[in-house]
Amino acid sequence: MKPATFIYHRASSLDDALALLAEHPDAKPLAGGPSLIPAMNFRLSQPAALVDLNAAGDLSGISQSPGGGIRIGAMTRHAAVERSDLVRDFAPLLREAMPHVAHPQIRNRGTIGGSIAHADPSAEVPGVMLALDATFVARSRGGERRIAARDFFTGLFATALEPGELLVAVELPARAPRSGSAFLEVARRHGDFALAGAAADVTLDARGHIARARLALISVADRPILAAAADALVGREPAEDAIRSVAEAARDALDPPADIHADARYRRQLAEVLARRALTQAVRRASAG
Amino acid sequence: MQTLSLTVNGRRIERSVEPRLLLSDFLRHDVELTGTHVGCEHGVCGACTVLVDGEAVRSCLMFAVQAEAARVDTVESLGSEHALHPLQEAFRDAHALQCGFCTPGMLMTLVPFLRDHPSPGELEIRHALSGNLCRCTGYANIVKAVALAAERMREAGAAPGAAE
Amino acid sequence: MTRLVGQPVKRNEDARLLTGRAQFVDDVHLPGMLHAAFLRSEHAHARLRAVDLSRARQRPGVIAAFAADDLGDYWAPGPLLVPPPPIPDLVFRHAPQVPLARGKLRYVGEPIAVVIAESRYVAEDALADIIVDAEPLPAVVQLEAALAPDAPRIHEQLDSNVAAHALQTTGSYAKARAKAHRVIKRRFHYDRGASAAIENRGVVAAWDASAEEMTIWDTTQAPIPIRNGLAAMLGLPESQVRVIAPFVGGGFGPKIMMFYPEEVVIPWAARAIGRPVKWIEDRRENFTATTQERSQIHDAEIALAKDGRILGVHDVFLHDTGAYDPYGLTVPINSQCTLLGPYKVPNYSSEFTAVFTNTPIVTPVRGAGRQHGVFVMERLLDLAARELGIDRLEIRRRNFIRPGEFPYDHKIIFQDFKPLVYDSGNYEPALAKASALIGYDRFVREEQPRARSEGRQLGIGVVAYVEGTGIGPYEGARVTVEPSGRVRLATGVGTQGQGHFTSFAQIVADQLGVGPDEVHVVTGDTRTFSWGTGTFASRGAVVAGSACHAAAAAVREKAIAKTAELLGVKPKHVSIGGGRVYLERDPSKGFTLGELAQKANPLRGGVTPGTEPGLEATKYFGPERGSTANGVHAMIVEVDRETAQVEIKRYVVVHDCGTQLNPMIVEGQIHGGVAFGIGNAFYEQLVFDDGGQLLNASFMDYLLPTALDVPAIELGHVETPSPLNPLGTKGVGEAGAIPTGALFAQAVENALAGTGVEITEIPLSPSRLFTLIADSRRVGPVPAAAPSARGRALCLEGTYDFGGSPGDVYALLLDPRVLASVMPGTKRLDRNGDRYDGVLDVGIGPVSAAEFALEVVVADQIVGEQYAMRIEARGKLGFVSGTARVRLASNGAGTRMSYSAELQVGGTIAAVGQRMLDSVSKAMSAQALKALERSLRARGAASTPTGAAS
Repeated sequence: MKPATFIYHRASSLDDALALLAEHPDAKPLAGGPSLIPAMNFRLSQPAALVDLNAAGDLSGISQSPGGGIRIGAMTRHAAVERSDLVRDFAPLLREAMPHVAHPQIRNRGTIGGSIAHADPSAEVPGVMLALDATFVARSRGGERRIAARDFFTGLFATALEPGELLVAVELPARAPRSGSAFLEVARRHGDFALAGAAADVTLDARGHIARARLALISVADRPILAAAADALVGREPAEDAIRSVAEAARDALDPPADIHADARYRRQLAEVLARRALTQAVRRASAG
Repeated sequence: MQTLSLTVNGRRIERSVEPRLLLSDFLRHDVELTGTHVGCEHGVCGACTVLVDGEAVRSCLMFAVQAEAARVDTVESLGSEHALHPLQEAFRDAHALQCGFCTPGMLMTLVPFLRDHPSPGELEIRHALSGNLCRCTGYANIVKAVALAAERMREAGAAPGAAE
Repeated sequence: MTRLVGQPVKRNEDARLLTGRAQFVDDVHLPGMLHAAFLRSEHAHARLRAVDLSRARQRPGVIAAFAADDLGDYWAPGPLLVPPPPIPDLVFRHAPQVPLARGKLRYVGEPIAVVIAESRYVAEDALADIIVDAEPLPAVVQLEAALAPDAPRIHEQLDSNVAAHALQTTGSYAKARAKAHRVIKRRFHYDRGASAAIENRGVVAAWDASAEEMTIWDTTQAPIPIRNGLAAMLGLPESQVRVIAPFVGGGFGPKIMMFYPEEVVIPWAARAIGRPVKWIEDRRENFTATTQERSQIHDAEIALAKDGRILGVHDVFLHDTGAYDPYGLTVPINSQCTLLGPYKVPNYSSEFTAVFTNTPIVTPVRGAGRQHGVFVMERLLDLAARELGIDRLEIRRRNFIRPGEFPYDHKIIFQDFKPLVYDSGNYEPALAKASALIGYDRFVREEQPRARSEGRQLGIGVVAYVEGTGIGPYEGARVTVEPSGRVRLATGVGTQGQGHFTSFAQIVADQLGVGPDEVHVVTGDTRTFSWGTGTFASRGAVVAGSACHAAAAAVREKAIAKTAELLGVKPKHVSIGGGRVYLERDPSKGFTLGELAQKANPLRGGVTPGTEPGLEATKYFGPERGSTANGVHAMIVEVDRETAQVEIKRYVVVHDCGTQLNPMIVEGQIHGGVAFGIGNAFYEQLVFDDGGQLLNASFMDYLLPTALDVPAIELGHVETPSPLNPLGTKGVGEAGAIPTGALFAQAVENALAGTGVEITEIPLSPSRLFTLIADSRRVGPVPAAAPSARGRALCLEGTYDFGGSPGDVYALLLDPRVLASVMPGTKRLDRNGDRYDGVLDVGIGPVSAAEFALEVVVADQIVGEQYAMRIEARGKLGFVSGTARVRLASNGAGTRMSYSAELQVGGTIAAVGQRMLDSVSKAMSAQALKALERSLRARGAASTPTGAAS
């Protein structure tokens, strides 16, 4: 299990990385590597060249953005996100999901941007990004563009990024008052790929009715998905039966893949149960805070 | 080939390596620090865990060239046979190892964990260990050893400060 | 006199292991060393026509490459390690594994060729250069299908896939059944798992041409038999071959297997090339190249009296032996014998058929077949308790063998060829202790109903088992007192973490009156000790430990005799302790052990005739038969009915392994065994598809329990010393792992009481448990299903309607341009009559080595109605092969196309890509339908897709 040969380019900055990628169209960007390097060790992946982003210091960091949200550089490691006070205060959902991302040693190396660009349908971060209505900042030599999370994941391991384009940052919008969120997943063992997971983010209005509801599901399709069924909650009281029927509707819209750990029927069941529990918890937290 | 210069266990090392050489193989075969073990080479078992700039990472999921200018510490940087590190001592006292193959990775995971969590609870310890597989011990004694080490390290650390 | 034996002495070996200075096989570095990589079969069953190594040999950095024919006369099938025991009418057909495949491939992972290069990286590069010409054959995977009269034969020299058949009986089950108050019958499945030692296997061989000596470092549990066998194969005297099993990173059974092809090939290659060669198994190889265990299917029946007494048990089972059977019948015979447990079963009939399948070789893995027996018996007793309305503990109690009934003869033959006679035991106190520790009565009376009233599903399980341990034939030990006073102990068994360095030192130290750290233990090096068999069957401490005891006692006697002689007193007045041997009434008169060692080895002068020089003794110990350990495990679980997640809340073990040499080590062995058992019960399962492809050949998909999955274990002990050895000890290595499956099933079933869920299979998984829960709501019995997900990796089917006549559509579909647009990632597609050749690139996400050479042959054509496409795609990542069928029929306005495809996937994509295959096949068929729609629309045919991939 040794990787095949490749040419190695170390990018010292974002500009350097974009130049290298433009110069070597057959190169693959290397972020933290927890998905790409195992694939290379199995020789599933045999890129001709790598552009290593780890030395590009300007790609990492967490800051508050003028609009009240936060911005996370793509090369920010999961461990930094997990420890960040800004994330705790402004994106508790992301913080809650972090411990589910593999194991401590992987989180010390893996990055937020890498996780999003890899677009694994079972990964936690992409689901959270959908639930939080995140915006992704992509940059190429031709310029910068912003892509809404809901437009970003286009298929199995497929994203809206163009060749030569790098995901450089994630922008999370400001958090409205009376918001609550919850992340739940079922995995075979803690840290494994989720068999199914649900990220819920809910905002209540002054009367306690639901003003905004997002429910993202992971590991139940070829990509992370936003359950349209959650829209039905808007304007309603967050009652148990309303949540229950949203979870059921979300389940009914699924045609999940089967694998050796979970057949499709089980995944649908998990999606429903986790959706219900996550929404319930998010509503409870929104009401409390 | 790519030149590589880094610090391993405090020693400055310069080598020329193939870019595809895994950090685990570099440490074991080029630097001949065979205490770092290799169990899966796909980032699950944790046997190859080392510190890169003070944080625990899988050395099978890094290319050696990525450790350019880094500070790498392996199990050999802890205690010696006759002067064990408190964590090693606790592992011995609590019978936290059997075949001992996973042990170096466990230790290198736990050193920064105990630095950041001087008084860990059992569940915290189990979470910290969840990325290191052990097939022999059933983990119970490892958990005990970590608690024991934490206690001893707190006491040792608290002693000089007790006068303040 | 016992001082150290029985104490939790800290381990001598730990300091080396903790500091990273203990040497494992992969730590051996030799000047000029080369590295080997093996090319392994991607097919479970195929005819091997040719292997072309020429390109591999030309690659820079490659020193040599060998296939079977290159080995010349050295190529020979392996030996039969364990001949079948003397059971009347037993049938056993030996089909030994071979060093490199010749003529046929019989399991995925079977070695075909080896490349030896300057580095492992280059050796792996060169594997891709090798061209294998193999003709796939239908694979035999399922046990019952393997026995069908028309099943493909794995070994053509045999007339079926039956590897063995044996029937053992005692009493008359038929008579017992005739007078039974109740008879309960079920089918039980136990599926396969991996040993998964964290250290993979490895071999380093160095040939010293001038001394004509071969040195081999091997991750083996049996260095001495490896040495003996290799010496014979290499045509060398045994004294010229040295096998060292240094520190071994976990054994668990498969490292006792011999000879692995790599063990045979690497030393030969080192001699042929004249440079040291290292081969280290990687994790993916380990999943198929290292032996495995556990698939059995039992049809079992128990006949009961009204009061719950067992009148008889009848069991017929199939045992999966994999592609070859070098290890004989140890596993199924253990299943057969262990089923009886601590119970009196006056009438027993047990019949098994061992079956060859196109899967990796089966040899013992921690527990070695005992799990299955315990599972069947304990489940039958649980069912009996329920049906007869007797408490689960009470029914066990009523059937226990009583303390006064030992030795107890079950009147059948055990794996050591001896009658299955239990030496000792006392089961009732163990059960009582376990029940008290877990609080069985209170749980059943209060906690469980209370939890249930809160909507929580808690369950409890309690199971009992007996384990045959410490079997023969023998082990030996040599104890030497050096002139420095240091004691050296050499024994033949290797150690894989069991603490032998320490428990053996304790035994010797007690005899010689020294500290345990003053005994230097050497194990696993044939140069220091060259008689013995190995570490297996929970026997190291029992058998080698007894030999250490005997050798140390002999040295003690010598030391005392010498001292008595020198002091001119009778030996009975001499004592030993504190590193000295002295006059009991005046301890100042005496000698240190070192002084005595010097005096016992004089350089001049005379010695007493009949004495041996030196303070040294070598002794052997062979038990009359194995000693029987036993125990009771109890567990409380909570099941989330909605998600089918199971949490183990408490785990209690009460164990009787006779005298405990070192309770700290015993405790560690039990903890580890239970973790192993929990893995077997709920996490670990090797999943083979119907084509014999292992779908989870990685630690991503083969799930070892982590620190978050194994609960704290509460231990209690009962000690019934064994009369069969001087230490009174019994083995403990496998104990923890044996009853866990049965226990887990009982506890989970109990948590789900009232739902009708009945658990007759291990391993379980949440997905499978969910199915059982969901289907139990149905009326009638739950359909019996094989425990694992099987079938083919890629299955597509659907229908498709469009305009145009079937004749037009038929022509359109076979147009290479249309086909090229339908096949995913087509880079090129050329038609040549009924045959198409092309190149596909189906890279997805991180998978970038996905170029496949495609060959499609159209057959079974009825123009305008139907055709079949035989598809073969082959690339670096493996292969996809199979047949797609298309039927066309007029549906009034246009044409309805029905299509179906069953495709076998092999190689890396099957081994590590299973998580994605379903999504990939869905995406590909959706993409294909979209492309087809576009093509048809371009030609003016309207269409309506109505099908989907499944």
